[in-house]
Amino acid sequence: MNLLLIIIAPLLTALMVLLCRNKQQVKWVSLTGSLIQGALAFALYFAFRSETANGNSSQLLFEQKHILFSALNINFHLGVDGISVAMIMLTSLVVIAGVLVSWNIEKMTKEFYFLLVLLALGAYGFFISLDLFVLFFFLEVSVIPKYLLIGIWGSGKKEYAANKLALMLMGGSALILVGILGLYFTAGHSFDITTLSKTTIPAHIQHIIFPLLFAGFGVFTALFPLHTWVPDGHSSAPTAGSMFLAGISMKLGGYGCLRVATYLLPEGARQYADIIIILSAIAILYGAFATMMQKDLKYINAYSSVSHVGFSLLGIGMLTQTAITGALMQMVSHGLMTALFFAVIGMIYDRTHTRQVNEMGGLMRPLPFISTVFFIVGLCSLGLPGLSGFVAEMTVFVGSWENNDTFHRVATIAAAMSIVVTAVYILRAIGQTAMGPLKNEQFATLKDAAWNERLAAIILLAGILAIGIIPGWLNDLLRPAAEVIMNRVTGS
Amino acid sequence: MDIYGYIKYLLFIPLLPLAAFVLLGLFGKKYAGKYAGIFGTVLMLAATGFAIYTAYSYFTTYSGGSYPRINALSYTWLKFSDTLSIDMGFMVDPISMMMIVVVTLVSLMVHIYSLGYMKGEERFATYYAYLGLFTFSMLGLVLSSNLFQIYIFWELVGVSSFLLIGYYYNKPSAVAACKKAFIVTRFADLGFLIGILILSYTGGTLDFNTLIVNLTTDGSASISSGVAHTFLGASALTWGAALVFIGGAGKSAMFPLHIWLPDAMEGPTPVSALIHAATMVVAGVYLVARMFPIFAITVPAVLEMIGWVGAISAIFAAVIACTQTDIKRVLAYSTMSQIGFMLFALGVSGYGGEAGLGYTASMFHLFTHALFKALLFLGAGAVIHYVHSNEMKDMGGLRKFMPITHITFLVACLAIAGVPPFAGFFSKEEILLAAHHHNPAIYWIAIITSGLTAFYMFRLYFSIFWSKPHHSHHTHSHREGGFAMMLPLILLAFGAAAAGFIPFGKFVSSNGQPLASHFDLQFSILPVGIGLAGIALAALFYFRQNSRPDKASAAFGTLYKSAYHKFYIDELYLFITKKVLFNLVGKPAAWFDRNIVDGMINLTGNATQKVSAGIRKMQSGKVQQYAMYFLGGVILLAIIFIYTRK
Repeated sequence: MNLLLIIIAPLLTALMVLLCRNKQQVKWVSLTGSLIQGALAFALYFAFRSETANGNSSQLLFEQKHILFSALNINFHLGVDGISVAMIMLTSLVVIAGVLVSWNIEKMTKEFYFLLVLLALGAYGFFISLDLFVLFFFLEVSVIPKYLLIGIWGSGKKEYAANKLALMLMGGSALILVGILGLYFTAGHSFDITTLSKTTIPAHIQHIIFPLLFAGFGVFTALFPLHTWVPDGHSSAPTAGSMFLAGISMKLGGYGCLRVATYLLPEGARQYADIIIILSAIAILYGAFATMMQKDLKYINAYSSVSHVGFSLLGIGMLTQTAITGALMQMVSHGLMTALFFAVIGMIYDRTHTRQVNEMGGLMRPLPFISTVFFIVGLCSLGLPGLSGFVAEMTVFVGSWENNDTFHRVATIAAAMSIVVTAVYILRAIGQTAMGPLKNEQFATLKDAAWNERLAAIILLAGILAIGIIPGWLNDLLRPAAEVIMNRVTGS
Repeated sequence: MDIYGYIKYLLFIPLLPLAAFVLLGLFGKKYAGKYAGIFGTVLMLAATGFAIYTAYSYFTTYSGGSYPRINALSYTWLKFSDTLSIDMGFMVDPISMMMIVVVTLVSLMVHIYSLGYMKGEERFATYYAYLGLFTFSMLGLVLSSNLFQIYIFWELVGVSSFLLIGYYYNKPSAVAACKKAFIVTRFADLGFLIGILILSYTGGTLDFNTLIVNLTTDGSASISSGVAHTFLGASALTWGAALVFIGGAGKSAMFPLHIWLPDAMEGPTPVSALIHAATMVVAGVYLVARMFPIFAITVPAVLEMIGWVGAISAIFAAVIACTQTDIKRVLAYSTMSQIGFMLFALGVSGYGGEAGLGYTASMFHLFTHALFKALLFLGAGAVIHYVHSNEMKDMGGLRKFMPITHITFLVACLAIAGVPPFAGFFSKEEILLAAHHHNPAIYWIAIITSGLTAFYMFRLYFSIFWSKPHHSHHTHSHREGGFAMMLPLILLAFGAAAAGFIPFGKFVSSNGQPLASHFDLQFSILPVGIGLAGIALAALFYFRQNSRPDKASAAFGTLYKSAYHKFYIDELYLFITKKVLFNLVGKPAAWFDRNIVDGMINLTGNATQKVSAGIRKMQSGKVQQYAMYFLGGVILLAIIFIYTRK
């Protein structure tokens, strides 16, 4: 399969959106475009599977390389492994759902959809790039739209939030850029991941570059204590913005931490693993406790995201094949789950015009569909078997436990304790919104989800269930890729 | 594995209730309406048929010999490494076969009963969907062949219990109760999870059969590594087993993790009968029994602890049950007490032969208890249906109005009080016998508890059906409940009366070898006597309305008051969660994040702004000012130049 299709589809969609003459056209073009992207993502998955099933055991498939700027040795080098494929599928699902829930955006519809598609384009490009320069380019492509999405279509303290988010992410990008340049100059002027992965970079240089790259990508994926854009950014962003932010952008960071920082600088990863573990264990527990005290639904999900992505980083820090597989599963699972969470919060807000849990109550009766989805996604968040969160978290736990020493054990147990705290805040949120007596008489006549909202929810739910009920396919997709990374770390 | 023809039907047993859940959950409300109940019940009937057929085939195939543990129809669900994977399989052994019969039978009874009890409910289809989900999960739990598989179904059972307790979701007390049940058991499950991690790491596998072999073979690598690693003075194996048991204690509402069970009575009464009396709450006992060889052979210290937890819970709950006035809560504490019996029976048991009597007794009691306790709850449901109240003071003299309920309830009370020849007598007798042989202290606790059990059960019985003369009940013109509600009562009453005659030891024993049960009449005199004394005392107090109960409660003073308030355990938990966790951990964490961590970030932003605002002033455009900077710069450079050149 030609990987260029993966980025041409969103690019064409974006151009088509610009050519549209009215809102109706914009919406249908975006939806069609996102569905095509989805179809391509799944075609990629099946192509990848049939290649590996036919015994193609090379690490990267469907590679292609075009010279972009030969003087600096910059190439447009594309290729995918299991991790990229999983991330692309995740992105495509979130994009479809995001387009669907934004159906009723009235303000500057064309610009809104254009930016959404642009953001998706950045993410798709990022996940298939094998050249750090191009990868960085796509990363930035996905940052700018966020600033505008929040600043223009946001709510509450949107200017503050937009500035904060953009500046923090830019700060992260700056660190990444320095790190990439460091790699480029030590490894003989190459941005190419495959080349770099075969070069031995001196340990003392790895010790300097690794923290730059890891912290830089860490900002994107809410590495404690660089996570504070998350609550503000999410709470001010429009629904689809939050979904993209948590469902896609945060995954760019996790992917970068693993593919760029850990894979290219294994010595650095070993050196800093303990610090990563400590920070992520703190994020997991502290995020969970902080969530417990939130009263705004978006803040609840934002803080719980900090806690949940902590599992991804914990898995990376644990440096075992199973833990890394778990970390990747958690990225996919969290992406689907949190996008759905924000979608549902948006649906509730559109109807009740409040996000304060103590002003709701008894929504199950007027809004059975929305409440049920809210329920299921909450259960996914607290790690109920049969839903994706459980599979990911358990894989991280089992993988972490393979490290047979007190430090790792204590960190794992501390992280595991969050499953109780998560249950507390999720059940509080559900109990106060969906259950209980109807608090506000006006809520009795609310209308349940419309077709576009139902479809968005069902698509994301299908992903959550597909991982939760039959996790084998995702495991088979991610495990070999995790093995490659681990081989690099263990030096075999 | 297709050697055993009957085993392939196992698949249908959990899948039929699952189908009921999926179909009713998705389409029930729209398409099934009031037929949802019939639909669910028919599927359940089929599942029950398969269960009975499979169990019957298993027990007859190996009749007379020893019963093997067969791991059938295994499927790799999630692979961690070559040896470590979560498999979905079916464990076929005596206790799982017994459990599928218990679960499907009680579930079927509850399905039928609910046709009458829940008739006209707005969310009738949802209710049956949840029942299907629960039954599926519970069957999955008992059939699990893998440690992680049992954890998966363990959690699913927990969530179905949550959904059913919170069925009346607009009642604040039901919402609070379902949250409490879930969170308390979740807390226990954390222990279970860590226990699984330890045991699987030490034992090198998650598969039950292999795990049991690895962890019980003397001198195996697993055991020596498990013993070599210690933490706080206990070996890894001890920790693992104890933590797994904590999960079991949470689900089985053992002291001090019992606080959710009485509140769980907020759910519809048939649900209490199914989940919180007969099936889910015995999951902890089942878990210990499932891993019994490990407990008995490798970590006997943990098994002894289990025995004590059971014994303490048994007497603790029995004392509280004597003081409660809500009939469902009396039954809830009674359940906790009876589970305590099952658990300490395991605690005093050894592995194999005569020493394993406790194991057989425990399973036997689990079986009989499921029958008579489900009956008690369904009977109580019929009473509540009739008087529209849970409080004893609103009842009395009901025997004339509800003859069938009255007789069946009496049978159940006699069974639980251990009066021969009802079912409870046989199973409890075996438990006491096992305790008598192995742990006299627990034996005496058990004897006292038996007396209390007889007392509080007959307090309940007399208060409902005798006590007051038939007073204002003629206002309730309706009958005691339709055929759908009476049929399960009658069927279960037969079970509660006759199940004791099953030669249980022949089928279920600690090592699969048949165990002959023998009764010693002399031994039975004391327990039966104590039971009868309890009944007599209850009759004295409650047969006719009189002032004796008030006097007695006054005489006991503080003890009565603290028992009535459940020994203030709830208040203690509330203090820990509200005051400590929320105020001392949650609030500071949220504050710290907004003010310190985010403050630092904002500070960086503000500082940058301040600095740039400061620097900006230099760019004033005034030539004189620039000349001053220039001059200052030259002087500064000159000074540096002079001093560095030296």
